[in-house]
Amino acid sequence: MSSSTTHRAANVSRSSERRPAQKSALPWLTLPALFFFLVFAVVPLVGVLVLSFADWDGIGAIGAAGMENWASVLTDPGLYNALGLTFMIMIVSWLVQTPISLLLGVFTAGSQRYRAALAVLYFLPLLLSSAAVAIAYKALLDPNFGLAMGLGLPFLAQDWLGVPQLALGLVIFVIAWQFVPFHTLIYQGGVRQIPKSLYEAAQIDGAGTIKQFFHITLPQLKYTIITSSTLMVVGSLTYFDLIFVLTGGGPGNSTRILALDMYLRGFRANLMGPASVIAVILVVIGLALALFLQRLGGKDKQGSQLEGL
Amino acid sequence: MRQFQSSRRSFLALAAVTPFAVMATSACGTSGPGSAGGGGASMWFLSGEPNQTTIQKAVDAFGSSNPDNKIAVTYFQNDAFKTKIKTAIGAGQAPTIVYGWGGGTLKTYAEAKQVEDLTTWFDANPDLKNKFFPASFGAATVNGKIYALPNQYVAPIVLFYNKEVFAKAGAQPPKTWDDVMSLVKTFNDMGVAPFSLGGQSRWTSMMWLEYLLDRIGGAEVFNAIFAGKPNAWMDPAVIETGTKIQELVSAGGFIKGFSSITADSKADQALLFTGKAAMMLQGSWTYGAMKKDGQNFVQDGKLGFATFPTIPGGKGDPKNGVGNPAQYMSISAKASDSEKETAKKFFKDGIMTDTVIDAYINSGSVPIVNGIEDKLSTSPDKDFLNFVYDLAKNAPNFQQSWDQALSPTAAEALLNNIDQLFLKSITPQQFAENMNATLGK
Repeated sequence: MSSSTTHRAANVSRSSERRPAQKSALPWLTLPALFFFLVFAVVPLVGVLVLSFADWDGIGAIGAAGMENWASVLTDPGLYNALGLTFMIMIVSWLVQTPISLLLGVFTAGSQRYRAALAVLYFLPLLLSSAAVAIAYKALLDPNFGLAMGLGLPFLAQDWLGVPQLALGLVIFVIAWQFVPFHTLIYQGGVRQIPKSLYEAAQIDGAGTIKQFFHITLPQLKYTIITSSTLMVVGSLTYFDLIFVLTGGGPGNSTRILALDMYLRGFRANLMGPASVIAVILVVIGLALALFLQRLGGKDKQGSQLEGL
Repeated sequence: MRQFQSSRRSFLALAAVTPFAVMATSACGTSGPGSAGGGGASMWFLSGEPNQTTIQKAVDAFGSSNPDNKIAVTYFQNDAFKTKIKTAIGAGQAPTIVYGWGGGTLKTYAEAKQVEDLTTWFDANPDLKNKFFPASFGAATVNGKIYALPNQYVAPIVLFYNKEVFAKAGAQPPKTWDDVMSLVKTFNDMGVAPFSLGGQSRWTSMMWLEYLLDRIGGAEVFNAIFAGKPNAWMDPAVIETGTKIQELVSAGGFIKGFSSITADSKADQALLFTGKAAMMLQGSWTYGAMKKDGQNFVQDGKLGFATFPTIPGGKGDPKNGVGNPAQYMSISAKASDSEKETAKKFFKDGIMTDTVIDAYINSGSVPIVNGIEDKLSTSPDKDFLNFVYDLAKNAPNFQQSWDQALSPTAAEALLNNIDQLFLKSITPQQFAENMNATLGK
């Protein structure tokens, strides 16, 4: 370290005594973020709300529609099909992904060398874009030219994406394949934060690996679980690209989740008003779910997990 | 402290600069994607051979003889393009030259004043207007005004079959619907799929309905739907069409997994030329693609083609055709005057030159220009070209593809309902009712 940086570091630590002055400068720092938030989040949000009461085909002039869009969407069985599918994918995805990523996260948080090599493998899907994942799976699953025929395993050559139930299951599987690595990474970080002293104390008390997992790791990961679940649940409202490329919402409407329904109404059928209604519904559901999960975490969530040790 | 100050300064600088940066990027945006600048024009076109090479050569030739009026082309996949162009036009970001299939989509553009009225321009250039098949102007005309230049080729839907597979089965191509149903059994017993179908693309399945409805009910049924007459979709012919389709699906008429196969990937064509499927109802444009991709399948004369079978008791003329009367190019009303001039010049001198016409014929397509009979007859593909030419020329009614003839809203509802009809998740009666609700939309 050069002498000038030492000097600077000393300056910084000394300046911390003048905290009030710094605090008053801080709101300025949020300006760029606030600006982007306004331009890219608040303005479109208001725009969508306005459009949901408008009659617009995406090309011509915008006219007023009153409650017409809302009435037509809310009485459309397609909406409830999409809502049902969205919640179905959300819940099943959570049930599938959480245990896998939790266990993988705990495992990869260890320190043996071979785990690092395995961890790289686990994290590989994280590097691929959804579109690439979808195209690859589509090619592999093709019943006539896909992997099953290539390997000479005709029993695997099901019409995976052409039968409604299979297609839905497959979508959930591919989503899990793509997102488990991300949540594993979150859990790995969470596990590494747990103080070693807890495990040492448990070992002295004679607790085995399984007991340690259920009595130390899992309770200590409470907030990590809530964070990961929030991302998973709210994120599942926006699953789009993967399903769009993989099935396009089909066969029939069997994978036409809410986000896809919004896109297809707006950009394929030129019904921007009803599409905006779906967008508003998505925002409301997303907010409600995020708030609910926040509640679940309790008030002490913002505090340090190490406090009180 | 100094460190903090400098970072605060850079933050403030960033905050001050950001709005300009955003404005700068959005300013770039309004000049339109693929804008060539100067006296040029931009165009979006479909990717995929052989047409991509043909059009690129035409654009290059036009560019070298008009160095100040170059055309910048961007290529997109078919289904992706259909969505993207609509969105771009709605956002005022359309390319100068708007490619399409005429019909209902063009009508929405014209009514929103997004594309140029070319009527007077065509009147001023009678040679150009007389160059093309008169029938090709129908789908380019909205309320008596011409909004698009017909170009490329006429593309009827054709029943293709694999002669090798038919020879193995000792079968003949189907002439009637009964033949179809008995062939389904023959081929299923052989372990070959009777019909290839890229059902995930949905417009592929639609082609079946177009022909069936025409054969069963005649041209009047769809014309009533197109005109938005009350209860037009409730015609008994529509319900019989749906019933026939579901019978064919139940009998195993289509390749296993058809609803997960896309036409953009050309997997449906591959199924035919690899002999995994015996027949395929597809656009005549697939001939060129199969000629290119199917090793020597087409060149060795293994590809057969026929008209759609007749239906016992059907009212439609068996000579009727369905498909695309032509492809179309419009000029964006948002383009600058110089861009519009370049586009018109390209329309006149660049797009359907003799070289391009020859290229289409060589790739197995029938260009929509008059007086090409001799050229067709001397082509190595003369059998197919004459077949397509006669089909298009002699058809008492040549129905434009439904998804292009109808408005985008009705077309999307149609494709969605066809998908469900093929999956048997709705009955033919429900199909008719669902579609009837879209009349006038």
